[in-house]
Amino acid sequence: MNLTVNGVAREVESGPLTPLLFVLRDELELTGAKAGCQQGGCGACTVLVDGEPRRSCLTPLIAVEGAAITTAEGLGTPEDLAPIQQAFTHHYAAQCGFCTSGLMLAAQAYIDHGGIDDRHAIQEALSGHVCRCTGYVKIVDAVAAAARGDEFDLTVTAGSSGMTTGGVR
Amino acid sequence: MPPIDVLTPTSPDEAVAAFGDGTGVVVLGGGTIVVPEMTYGRLKPERVLILGRSGLAGISRSGSTVTIGAATSVADLVGLSAPLGPCAANVADAEIRAQGTVGGNLCAGEGPEAPRGDLQGALLALGATVRSAGAGGISSDPLEDFLPKRRSRLALDVSFEEPAAGAFANLDRPHTHDYTALAVSGARAADGTIRLAATGAGWWGLRLPSAEAKAGDPEAAGHAALADVQLADDALASAWYRGKVLPVLVRRVLVQLKEIA
Repeated sequence: MNLTVNGVAREVESGPLTPLLFVLRDELELTGAKAGCQQGGCGACTVLVDGEPRRSCLTPLIAVEGAAITTAEGLGTPEDLAPIQQAFTHHYAAQCGFCTSGLMLAAQAYIDHGGIDDRHAIQEALSGHVCRCTGYVKIVDAVAAAARGDEFDLTVTAGSSGMTTGGVR
Repeated sequence: MPPIDVLTPTSPDEAVAAFGDGTGVVVLGGGTIVVPEMTYGRLKPERVLILGRSGLAGISRSGSTVTIGAATSVADLVGLSAPLGPCAANVADAEIRAQGTVGGNLCAGEGPEAPRGDLQGALLALGATVRSAGAGGISSDPLEDFLPKRRSRLALDVSFEEPAAGAFANLDRPHTHDYTALAVSGARAADGTIRLAATGAGWWGLRLPSAEAKAGDPEAAGHAALADVQLADDALASAWYRGKVLPVLVRRVLVQLKEIA
């Protein structure tokens, strides 16, 4: 079965009913999508399917045949963070980091669909995502800043050495 | 373990043929219920019928009749008028609403911890009819008659007459992941008939005939509704709490209906 993942055409061998989450993590070794509750309740596995946020744990591979998938790995690189990643870094919106990739992808879709700096609308857009550290205020701050198009100089973000990667599998 | 037979019909007729009499077939609409059941090993299907490309999605209107295909997403209902629109908006979060389908909402089995089928109350209040396939061919049934046999049928679409007025009131959920703990839907038909139904007051949506009989007196109707339900103690709410809230929601729905000329 064929997919485009983060802009690269991939042929995958997982079975047609395999949840996209496990295709990404186990076959393609992209661990940005987190295996949290694995029943649609936490949002840690959210990826973009043709630009729309979807729980990859609920999505069988056959339902996304031929689709373009974006995972956290497709947002930016450690050297060149995407604006939403810069905003999360600047606003300390990641604590343990487990919910972060799902939240950033939901936030990216919100902004791509014209979402603005409106806290209620942001909360609505992110409402399927659970942060076990309960750091919601800073997460909403970060999404609001990214929606405004704020620019950040992360070299002077106090106490920050930029977002680390690869810590949470 | 033998490989699972995966059926991917590309038209409604193919879906009906693939479902047959339904023996051994698990229907997968959006996957929000079926996929985790498989992930956790609670469901080990031999045959899975995937509806995603079956052409069963979409909302159409003919005069005052609204018809909603079974594979239509819950998100696509959010813009409809009350009670169905606000009822759909109260389901889960935007990502789940975009994935979950109307057919799944009507046909899913009881959840392990709480009732499923958030939309059933609104569709009962609308007097909806379900067209379905299975043993004996295609049939149309009032939703009340369909629900008890929903596990053995392939829902094709659900239709109803636009009401003259509609209303919806719900108990707020502690988290978007939760199913509806309790909600009441009401609709007034063009001839003045009022229908009321509840979600979360039994293992599927229930009409509230005792409350309907007293619809002219919202306070009395609210208390009468308690005779129509079997309130559950479950993970979402205690039976005691549901019993306190149900009369309030019935009253609110009837007051809203009165305010709509």
